[in-house]
Amino acid sequence: MSFLQVQGLAKRFNDAKVFEGIDFEMERGEFVCIIGHSGCGKTTILNVLAGLDRASEGVVVMDGREVAGPSLERGVVFQGHALMPWLSVLGNIAFAVRSRWPHWNRIQVQTHCQKFIDMVGLTGAEHKKPAELSGGMKQRVGIARAFAIQPKMLLLDEPFGALDALTRGTIQDELLRICAATHQTVFMITHDVDEAILLAERIVLMSNGPNACIAEIVENTIAKPRERHSIHHDEQYYRIRNHLVDFLVNRSKLYQSGELRRPAQPPHVRPGLHEAALAKIVNLRT
Amino acid sequence: MRQGLLAAVISALLMALGVGVWHLATLPKGGAAGGDSEYAKLVGAQKSAFPTPADVGQKLAGHLRDPFYDRGPNDKGIGVQLAYSIGRVLLGFGLAGALAVPLGFLIGMSPVVYRALDPFIQVLKPISPLAWMPLALFTLKDSNVSAVFVIFVCSIWPMLINTAFGVASVRRDWLNVARTLEVSPLRKAFAVVLPAAAPTIMTGMRISIGIAWLVIVAAEMLVGGTGIGYFVWNEWNNLSIANILSGILAIGLVGMLLDFLFARLQKAVTYVE
Repeated sequence: MSFLQVQGLAKRFNDAKVFEGIDFEMERGEFVCIIGHSGCGKTTILNVLAGLDRASEGVVVMDGREVAGPSLERGVVFQGHALMPWLSVLGNIAFAVRSRWPHWNRIQVQTHCQKFIDMVGLTGAEHKKPAELSGGMKQRVGIARAFAIQPKMLLLDEPFGALDALTRGTIQDELLRICAATHQTVFMITHDVDEAILLAERIVLMSNGPNACIAEIVENTIAKPRERHSIHHDEQYYRIRNHLVDFLVNRSKLYQSGELRRPAQPPHVRPGLHEAALAKIVNLRT
Repeated sequence: MRQGLLAAVISALLMALGVGVWHLATLPKGGAAGGDSEYAKLVGAQKSAFPTPADVGQKLAGHLRDPFYDRGPNDKGIGVQLAYSIGRVLLGFGLAGALAVPLGFLIGMSPVVYRALDPFIQVLKPISPLAWMPLALFTLKDSNVSAVFVIFVCSIWPMLINTAFGVASVRRDWLNVARTLEVSPLRKAFAVVLPAAAPTIMTGMRISIGIAWLVIVAAEMLVGGTGIGYFVWNEWNNLSIANILSGILAIGLVGMLLDFLFARLQKAVTYVE
């Protein structure tokens, strides 16, 4: 049985369907990205996984237990970093650590926090308030806070959306390094195709909303370790990238009109290995 | 710095101008009536009924020299009277805060409680606190307690409304962080909602203390006995305009001090987002 199972998830607001029939699975230690245009319900899916929102239909089972509400087992990195502005960097992380281990003493909490502050490269900024930090540093604090509670799964809601390209690259590298070291299971929303290819083992592609569905699941066949400075020289890179961009630009809108059939089970494709994968998708045209 | 200096100079000039006009307006009228020089010699220059700046200054110096004397119910130092007033204000304000902040929390957290209490708040809020005075005197049967009650009533609304507003508009993200960390409701209230709403709550408190200081003067004029409001009214009965002016000045200075104090507290809990 997979570590995470999402079965028949649907969300409706009144009568408007946002998405339906969302099925996918994740293995322990896997990094999955979800890509789709705005309004397809990515954030809602993430919030349902986090337990912050409830689906109209369907279940989420993590590690053999149904997700019924928020839990310390699932750490969330929010889109707008969500740091508490009256607490320092250390204070923000300590707030989470104290929630996880309420019986720890001050020194235990501090040592644990420091480990994660060092991990995201914020050593020396422990006592700064979020307002004194740059956007990239704030997001690092958010990541450290999520990692510090050592959750079974990490949920990232477009964490680097607001960052400049340079900062984004650096933090992507850090995230890659930390995930490799901790074997963290990660579910991440992104709009950035390159980011998805760098980070994810599998990329879930969603059709446009309303009434969105999972159109396909792309397996990233580029061998690990993938590194930002060399990945674009891999021969598979542009095949995968073109496949993803093609989907976003051309195919993602064809599911609403019925030009492309909504798959009962989303096909797993490996565009990196052979171009035949595309043909398979095209064959679904009605 | 330059601007600060300029502003200070202008302030000083305005002050001098004001006092100067006051001085000229209250100059003794030197027997101009009729031109009868013998009559003028007899009665001397006619002194203005309104005190001159010098008169008030003299009285003020007298009050400052010995602000805390107590020679019976009708003769207490201005410091003693101010202390009575401040005591009443702080007591009424404190009681109001003890009720308004928790209640405001409840209203801010629960839309149902908000809608249930809203009609009462809307009706009670615009009532002048002094309108409660007769009712308070009748039920509480003590003028001193009634004055504190009036302060309590007038302080409660800004604190209640601001607390409810502050609590209701805590950012969803912060509450979601607390939810994903499985923070207990009590810890959430004290560690997330309270610090997040603190600046708004403190603004309410600052408004409340300002209103309380306005109302105490009127309340004390009504209940009498002690306090700066009673002092001013008593000096009106004594027809000592110079003492009234000293009292007015003292009221202004204490009000400024209270506001300054709460501004500092407000600054201490304010955060930059």
